[in-house]
Amino acid sequence: MNRHLISAAELSLDDAVAILDTAEELARLAERPIPKLPTLRGRTVVNLFYEDSTRTRISFEAAAKRLSADVINFSAKGSSVAKGESLKDTALTLQAMGADAVVIRHGASGAPYRLAGWVRGSVINAGDGTHEHPTQALLDAFTMRRRLGRLDGLRVTIVGDILHSRVARSNVWLLRTLGARVTLVAPPTLLPVAVGCWPCSVSYDFSSVLPDSDVVMMLRVQHERMTDAYFPSVREYSRRYGLDADRMALLPDHAIIMHPGPVNRGVEIAADVADSPRSTIVEQVTNGVSVRMAVLYLLLGGSRGPGDAPVAAMASAAQVAAGSGDGR
Amino acid sequence: MTAARGGKQGDGRPSDGEQSDGTLRSRWLIRGARPLGGPPADILIDSGTIAAVNPAGHDGAAVAGAGGAAIVDAGGLIALPGLVDLHAHLREPGREDAETVASGTAAAALGGYTAIHAMANTEPVADTAGVVEQVWRLGRQAGRCDVRPVGAVTAGLGGSQLAELGAMAESAARVRVFSDDGRCVADATLMRRALEYVKAFDGVIAQHAQEPRLTAGAQVNEGEISASLGLTGWPAVAEEAIVARDCLLAAHVGSAVHVCHVSTAGSVEIIRWAKSKGWQVTAEVTPHHLLLTDELAVGYDPVFKVNPPLRTAADVAALRAGLSDGTIDCVATDHAPHPAESKETEWSQASFGMTGLETALRVVHEAMVGTGLLDWSGVADRMSVRPAAIGRIGARQAGLGDERHGCPIAAGSPASLVLYDPEPIAPVDPAAHASRSRNSPFAGMKLPGQVLATFLRGRPTVLAGRLAR
Repeated sequence: MNRHLISAAELSLDDAVAILDTAEELARLAERPIPKLPTLRGRTVVNLFYEDSTRTRISFEAAAKRLSADVINFSAKGSSVAKGESLKDTALTLQAMGADAVVIRHGASGAPYRLAGWVRGSVINAGDGTHEHPTQALLDAFTMRRRLGRLDGLRVTIVGDILHSRVARSNVWLLRTLGARVTLVAPPTLLPVAVGCWPCSVSYDFSSVLPDSDVVMMLRVQHERMTDAYFPSVREYSRRYGLDADRMALLPDHAIIMHPGPVNRGVEIAADVADSPRSTIVEQVTNGVSVRMAVLYLLLGGSRGPGDAPVAAMASAAQVAAGSGDGR
Repeated sequence: MTAARGGKQGDGRPSDGEQSDGTLRSRWLIRGARPLGGPPADILIDSGTIAAVNPAGHDGAAVAGAGGAAIVDAGGLIALPGLVDLHAHLREPGREDAETVASGTAAAALGGYTAIHAMANTEPVADTAGVVEQVWRLGRQAGRCDVRPVGAVTAGLGGSQLAELGAMAESAARVRVFSDDGRCVADATLMRRALEYVKAFDGVIAQHAQEPRLTAGAQVNEGEISASLGLTGWPAVAEEAIVARDCLLAAHVGSAVHVCHVSTAGSVEIIRWAKSKGWQVTAEVTPHHLLLTDELAVGYDPVFKVNPPLRTAADVAALRAGLSDGTIDCVATDHAPHPAESKETEWSQASFGMTGLETALRVVHEAMVGTGLLDWSGVADRMSVRPAAIGRIGARQAGLGDERHGCPIAAGSPASLVLYDPEPIAPVDPAAHASRSRNSPFAGMKLPGQVLATFLRGRPTVLAGRLAR
C-alpha cells in the first residue's frame, strides 16, 4: 500500500485484508457513546474535490473527524481552480499549508498520480475519471464479507457501464486479489475492447448469470451514455440490463444486491429491488466511513509519519485498534 | 586541424573554421569519414559543393587540391547526406514560447538535418502565400537549415474550404507539400478535390489519418492499456480507415498522397497493398513510434502523450519491418515542442506531442541499425534521399540547384551532409537541447551515437557536436 492509496490494482492481499480487518475494528467504535479516536490529532486531511460528490466527500470528512484529524474541504467550485489554477499549483499550495493527506476526486483519470508527484503527504484517490475508486471497492468488499462471511470464491456479478466505471475497475482488481470470481454483464458497447485481458468473465445475458451469483452489483447509468448511441433507449437498456423483481427472483436465497449510489430508480434497478432486504445500498454508505477511517488510520497513524508508513506498521495498527480502540 | 569530435584543438584554430580575418572558410577537407558507413574517404568541399571524394589517405586529387582548406578529422565517423524532415512543428508564428524558426532550425542542425518541413498549424495558420513566405524567410535568416513550409490544405485548418494552394505553390516559399496536420481532412470529397487540385503543380497531400468521430476525446491507444487506465481509447481502425480511403482516392484521381506518422500494423499492411498496385502512396513513421509503446502511459506522465498515440509492441515491430522493406518510405520526426505547463498537468488536459529533431538519428540507430533492419545506406535513404524526393527537393528535382537534398556523397553534389559518431552511448538530456521545449520522451534513456558535424551547402552549422556560429 506504500504511502498512497491510488489504485486497488496496486493493493497486495495482505494490505487489502489489513484494511478490511482494521475497518471491522473501527466499525465497533461507532457503537460507543462518543465514536471518536484521538489517533490523527494534529494531522491535516484535505478533501480536494474537483467534481461534485457530496456522499464521498462527507464520508471522508466523517472518517477523518472520527479520527480527530483537522479537515479542510477544498472544492474546485468557488476556489482558485475556477480562475484556472493548475493542479500543480494547487498541489504546491496544499503542500505549503502542511497537508498530511490529500483526498482527491478528479474528473481526469490518473490525476492522483500527478498529484502524488507534487506533494509530500499521502494521496488518497476518491475517484479519478474513469480509472479507479479504490475506497469504494474496499467498502464493497467489506460489505460482502460482513454479509456473506467470506470473499474467497465468492461469485460477484457487476452490471452496467463497465467502460466508464471507476467503481467496476477497482472492484475487478480488488476482488481478483481477494479471491472472488467476477462476471461483468453489460451491452458490448459499454465494455472495453480489451476486456478479455481482465481477470474476469463477461456475459451479455444478465438473466443467465443470476442463478450463479452470490452478489449482484448494479452500476449507475450516466445520462450522457443515453444520448451517445451506446444503447438504443433507456427502456431497452432497462429491459435487458436492469434488475427488477422478476430477475431478482432468479438469485439464490442468500445473494445480496449492491449499488454504489446514487441510484437511478427504474433504470438500472427497480424501486422495490433497491428497497428490498437483499439490498445493501444504505449499509454500503455506513461501511464507507469505517473503511475510509481504516485507510486514513493505516496511512497516517504510524508514529514515523505519513512519509514512510510501512506495511508492518499497518498490521500493528490493526492490532492496536483491536486491542484498545485507542490508537496511541 | 579541426577535430570533429572536439576536445583537442592542437593548432588552436577556431572550431567553426573562422579565418583570422573573420570570414568563414569555403573549403573543407573531411578526412577519413565513411560515406554511408562504407570505406573511409576524404571529402573535399569547395564553395558549397562536394569537389572530390577519394579513398582516405591517398594523396589524390582531393588532398592535392585542398590547399588552404580547413581539415576536419573524421576518422571513424559515418558521413550521410544531410537529413531531411518532412514533418516538424516550429510553432512560429504564434507560439514562440514553445519554439521559433531560429530555435527549431538550431535543433534540426544539431540532429543532422539540412532541410525540414514546417507544419502549417501555426497561429495564424500557414494557409496563405504571406504566411508561408514569412516562415520561409525566417528560415533563410536563421541560416542553419532549409525550412520548407507546408501549406494548409483547408482555410484555417477548418476542414471545409480549400486554402489557396496554388498561391502557396507559386510563392517564394515554393510549397509542394500540403497538410492539415494535427487534424485530418476527414471530408472525403474535400480530400478528393485537394488530391486532384495539386496535380497541377506536382504537389502532394500529407494526411494526418484520424477519423474524427472514432476518436472523440481519445487519449491513448485503445487496448489493454486504455482499458485499465480508464483513458479514452484511440483505436487503430480510426487511422487505418482513413489510410485505406485515401489510398483509394489517390488511385482514383491519379494523384499523390503521403501518409503522416503511420502508427499501426494495419496501416503498414494497407500501404504495402496500395504500393503493390503502383499507386502514388508514400508514408512516414516517427522515431518515437519505432521505439516506444503505450505501456509508458501507465504512470500518466503526459510526456508520453502524442497523436497518434504510442501503440503496442506488435505495432512497433510492424513499423520497423515496414521501414526496413521500404513500405514506409521515411522517418519524419513530428517534432512537437510544448512549454512545460502544457505537460505538467493531468494527462487528459495535456497537449499532444514530443520533441524529436535532436534525437531522431540516435533513435533510428537504436531501433533500426542496432537491430540489423537497416544499414547506414538504408538510413541515408529513409532519412534523406526519400523524404527529399517526397518533399520535391530531392537530387533529381529541376531548378533547385544546390538547394537540393538527399544527393549522393559524390563530386558535384551540394555539400549538405552530416558526420555521425556511432560509438558513444549516453542518456538523452533534454535540458541540453537547443529546442525551446523539453518534452522529450527519451529523457534519461541511453541511446547510441552523436551528431558531430552538419554541413549545409558547404558551411558548417554544427562542429564538434555544437552549433557553429
